Amino acid sequence: MIHRLEIAVRERYRDPRGEHLAAQVREFLGVPVERIRTRDVYHLKADLAPDELSRVVAELADPVLQEGAIDRLEGGSAAWTIAVALKPGVADPVGKSARVAVEDMLGRRLGEEAAVFTSTLYLLDGVDAAQTRRIAYELLANPVIHDIAVESFAEWSARPPDRSVPEIAGRHRPPVETVALPETDAELERMSRERLLALSRDEMRVVRDHFRAAGDDPRRRRAGLGSSPTDVELECLAQTWSEHCKHKIFNATIRYREGEGEPETIVSLFDSYVRRVTEEIDAELARNGGSWLVSVFHDNAGVVTFDERVHLVYKVETHNSPSALDPYGGAITGIVGVNRDPFGTGRGADLLVNVWGYCFASPFWDRELPEGLLHPKRIRDGVHRGVIDGGNQSGIPYGRGWELFDPRYLGKPLVFCGTVGALPVEIDGSPGERKRARPGDAVVMVGGRIGADGIHGATFSSAALDESSPSQAVQIGDPITQKMMFDFLLEAREGGLYDAITDNGAGGLSSSVGEMAESCGGARIDLARAPLKYAGLAPWEIFLSEAQERMTLAVPPEKLDLFLELAGRREVEATVLGEFTSDGYLEVLYDEETVGLLPMEFLHHGVPEMRLEARFDPPRFAEPAMRPERRCGRTLLDMMGRLNLASGERKARHYDHEVKGLTVVKPLVGVARDVPAEATVFLARHGSPRGLVLSEGVNPYLSDLDGDAMAATAVDEAVRRQLCAGARLDRIAALDNFCWPDPVQSAATPDGELKLAQLVRACRGLYRVCRAYGVPLISGKDSMKNDSLLGGVKISVPPTLLVSALGQIDDVQRAVTLEPKRAGDLVYLVGTTGEHTGGSEYFRYLGDREGLAGEPGGPPPYVGRRPPEVDVQAFLPLYRAVHDAIGAGLVRSAATPGKGGLAAALARCVLAGGLGMELDLSEAPGVLGLATDVALFSESNGRFVLTVEPDAAPELERRLGGRPFRRAGAVTEEPWLRVHRAGERVLDVGVEELRARFHEGLAHA
Amino acid sequence: MPEPVRVLVPTGLGLNCEVETAEAFRRVGAAPDLVHLNDLLDGRAPRKLSAYRILAFVGGFAFGDHLGAGFVFANKIRWRLYDELVAFIGDGGLAIGICNGFQTMVRLGLLPGLDGDYRTPRATLAPNDRLGYRDAWVRLAADPASPCVWTRGIETIELPSRHGEGKLLTAGPEVDARLAEGRLIPVRYVDEAGRPTEEWPANPNGSPGGAAGLCDPSGRLFGLMPHPDAFLYPFQHPDWFRRGSGPGPQEGAGLAIFRNGVAAAAEG
Repeated sequence: MIHRLEIAVRERYRDPRGEHLAAQVREFLGVPVERIRTRDVYHLKADLAPDELSRVVAELADPVLQEGAIDRLEGGSAAWTIAVALKPGVADPVGKSARVAVEDMLGRRLGEEAAVFTSTLYLLDGVDAAQTRRIAYELLANPVIHDIAVESFAEWSARPPDRSVPEIAGRHRPPVETVALPETDAELERMSRERLLALSRDEMRVVRDHFRAAGDDPRRRRAGLGSSPTDVELECLAQTWSEHCKHKIFNATIRYREGEGEPETIVSLFDSYVRRVTEEIDAELARNGGSWLVSVFHDNAGVVTFDERVHLVYKVETHNSPSALDPYGGAITGIVGVNRDPFGTGRGADLLVNVWGYCFASPFWDRELPEGLLHPKRIRDGVHRGVIDGGNQSGIPYGRGWELFDPRYLGKPLVFCGTVGALPVEIDGSPGERKRARPGDAVVMVGGRIGADGIHGATFSSAALDESSPSQAVQIGDPITQKMMFDFLLEAREGGLYDAITDNGAGGLSSSVGEMAESCGGARIDLARAPLKYAGLAPWEIFLSEAQERMTLAVPPEKLDLFLELAGRREVEATVLGEFTSDGYLEVLYDEETVGLLPMEFLHHGVPEMRLEARFDPPRFAEPAMRPERRCGRTLLDMMGRLNLASGERKARHYDHEVKGLTVVKPLVGVARDVPAEATVFLARHGSPRGLVLSEGVNPYLSDLDGDAMAATAVDEAVRRQLCAGARLDRIAALDNFCWPDPVQSAATPDGELKLAQLVRACRGLYRVCRAYGVPLISGKDSMKNDSLLGGVKISVPPTLLVSALGQIDDVQRAVTLEPKRAGDLVYLVGTTGEHTGGSEYFRYLGDREGLAGEPGGPPPYVGRRPPEVDVQAFLPLYRAVHDAIGAGLVRSAATPGKGGLAAALARCVLAGGLGMELDLSEAPGVLGLATDVALFSESNGRFVLTVEPDAAPELERRLGGRPFRRAGAVTEEPWLRVHRAGERVLDVGVEELRARFHEGLAHA
Repeated sequence: MPEPVRVLVPTGLGLNCEVETAEAFRRVGAAPDLVHLNDLLDGRAPRKLSAYRILAFVGGFAFGDHLGAGFVFANKIRWRLYDELVAFIGDGGLAIGICNGFQTMVRLGLLPGLDGDYRTPRATLAPNDRLGYRDAWVRLAADPASPCVWTRGIETIELPSRHGEGKLLTAGPEVDARLAEGRLIPVRYVDEAGRPTEEWPANPNGSPGGAAGLCDPSGRLFGLMPHPDAFLYPFQHPDWFRRGSGPGPQEGAGLAIFRNGVAAAAEG
């Protein structure tokens, strides 16, 4: 029996949800809607007595604010209605909570079959049919996950109330299929394509040949399996061998050459640069009194020493493709998903801080949009909402947030989400990072149930976005289910109730069980035991589903009862799927019949190595026809209003940054609390002054010129920001997240060799600078297929490397922020300015100012020639001096120039301080001989802007002795930025005018 | 040395400010216990509610605030713990509700708790006029004439406001009158000049009269939207790093509220 209920805000009260939507409709769609009211609709699939039902209605409605009714509310009127419901199979967390509430009200369980489905009804006035459809499809709902009904109010109220529910009819379970692998390469490739396996020809061959030989394996025979794989086996291999999981490009053998130069061979970029730099630093630390690296590369996240009680854990992930299809669902899944990485590291870390960063096309995009792509504004709004809900509802503050904009992110946005955790140094008497499934341990799945959601997610994210992209790859994270699971698991952790834990992310059970089984040498699970959201999933679907909020644990038999009993009391579902073994096989059963038998060795090490070609011919770009400007005030005002430099406060305020009560230096600082901090500072636990420091560096624009410069600059910027906040130079760890366009040469990717060369060069730059600064790479991730082919247009992201730094400070009270604190303090420009305008914000600005549009999918009109450099020999001693000066408490404020150069850095300083600055640039290091606009907007690395009390100046100058620096002027009471050069005023801008432009940039985005 | 005041902090089901709230009580000399609500409901908790002097409803997103902030959580208590709760209040127990916890107390009818009736909801916390969750610091002024024991001696206090549903609406004019006459609105959002305000952003949600919290006529039950539990240390204030030289305050201003409650509980 299905009951329908409507709940709405009483007419006499405002309906902010409706008002907010109406405002968006007017602003974004330009549709002059008069009024929008909303109703929550509940479909209860349960047998309720009439009195029970009326009680439920009465309880569900807020006694003051709302009214409720069975079927429909009386009265109300409107011109048009839009009903938005979730498609069958899409997660409905609100419905889940409603079910709990109803059971509590009635004081009885509703039974297995019962369910609550939620949807929303919108009542619109002042629009016509066409406008209503636009509102529904272009703003309100997304056909990928929603069922949408548009009706006139008359039609809607004339017909009987809709009682349909988005249930998936329990299909009959499809049998396990044995897949005969074809002979010819062409057929193999077609099969890979049609089954969304994303396996190459070579890989398909290896799979085929493996099973041919395996046909004689007596163990396989006994299990009733032959010389062809089952669909379970084939899908599991495709999953485990996907680019997403195996990082085949990073492990490939690459033949790299520059121009006509001698080719050189690189065996695995990962081993040659990423792993190598960390191992070399680790060894060096060990030689000099001890390494602070606890666990790197092999677990879900990197672990470093923090204090005697906890280690720090950090992981950053991307969730790009799903966010392109369903921005909200993709993004919330991204954040709650990455939460499971630190939680699944060692025997489980407490989650401390989230970070986020996004690359979008302009929300003001007004050119043609390829068929099938969502407007960048919708993507941006949806992604923010998703990560806001995911982080806030999980009770995790955010520590860093940034956005970058470029038209090349139109096809696929980049959505970076990360989480810092605190791992107890000791858990139940042994090191917290130690995890080992033992033979005989039970394989236990905990958390949400399995549905068709996210099937092929890993293979999907290992392919370009095109019309064949599976919509079931879309998941919607449910923070509350996960929070309850985490709370339970933390109790279980304290009780020492499990040996190992890992998360179910890409690949679901197939990778979580597969990975854990490596440590003991095998596992046997029966998929028929897995709890399902609805009947009828094929075994391979159960095995691969990426349904969210699930962890897989190894629970010792003697502790199993305690574990399951506690789970029950915490309303968390925990199911024994099988046991870990040591027989060298991953054995998958369905209802006690073997449907998959994969040797661990082949599963994890059978993937054939890729051999790739890379060739670097330095690209050439035009310099702008640039008239050196001597007075740059207007330019600075324009620059501070540009998307990449403007204040993101409007969105960022919606993210909690203070839950847990550990936040010290907040993401937004200054008198108006609207300027991004150079780095943020958090306590790791109550009652200890030690803090962790978060910063990042990312500058994809430089990859148009040289991946090496891009990577080197990213590391340098992240490190400089750490120093500004007062972090220790000897305790900075970093994560590398590569988001690349497909770098494999092919018909679809004619420039693959260059893109791969850029990857090689990025790895080299990363290695070189991390090695010099002693910054180990403790974890990272690569996403290598960020291309879109939708609407027949290929759009590839610019090669993008995010470097996320995790630093430490002994006493958070000694942290430093970027805003000048007092008039009369002296301003020092530290580090050398050079002509580094290549890939600069300034050149992009000049292109825009001249009204030039770059090639669609191409670089901006003006890229320039010389990207910023990182001269580690010159920078490192300077950084040591700055670090010591800040450590000695000599520095009142510290900022570092990045995008927008020195001028933008000075602007941020005065905006944050609410004070002015009066400076003379003439004698600043390197400036002599540079055009003034270059001096102000060049993006040279290795620079700082410091303010100090006059009394402290001599000591600062002593410490900086021999390094490039200049006392350039002073902080002024009058809120005005004045910069002189050779007796001329080159900048003369009021702080409040700057602030107005700073906020204007994204105000209407 | 007298027994430290026992504080019960129910946890779980999506709550997430239990650690800092417990830390706050610990810092003012009380003895907080974190207990999962289910253990309390199932009678598996080490102590019964009656063993405590203070009950703290913490902030968070109980059940994600689905179906309205605090609703599902309040509902569990309403149907499974209400009598114990009302008895606890009858015996002079104190309670504080912060953010989500305040929403829960209002939804249960614990606040404003007129005429000793702690079961009838007479107010609600509606969605902010400017839709959506927002995290920004606000300034509150306390009403010295309010019976609220938790705000004694506080004139103004700055705290982070972090919610999407904080607009305090009542069942009608008669309730408003009772709140006014009983001085049951102990804290209000104030502007630069210290006047109660309905203007955003000083007032983050459009609450009439700038109402930021409620207490019951006894003054022992108190709820507020902003988070004293997020201002335990002086350096958590957004302006702390701009204070210049000089020692500055020794503790976060939020602790004053907890200290008041614990002192009142100790007095009995």
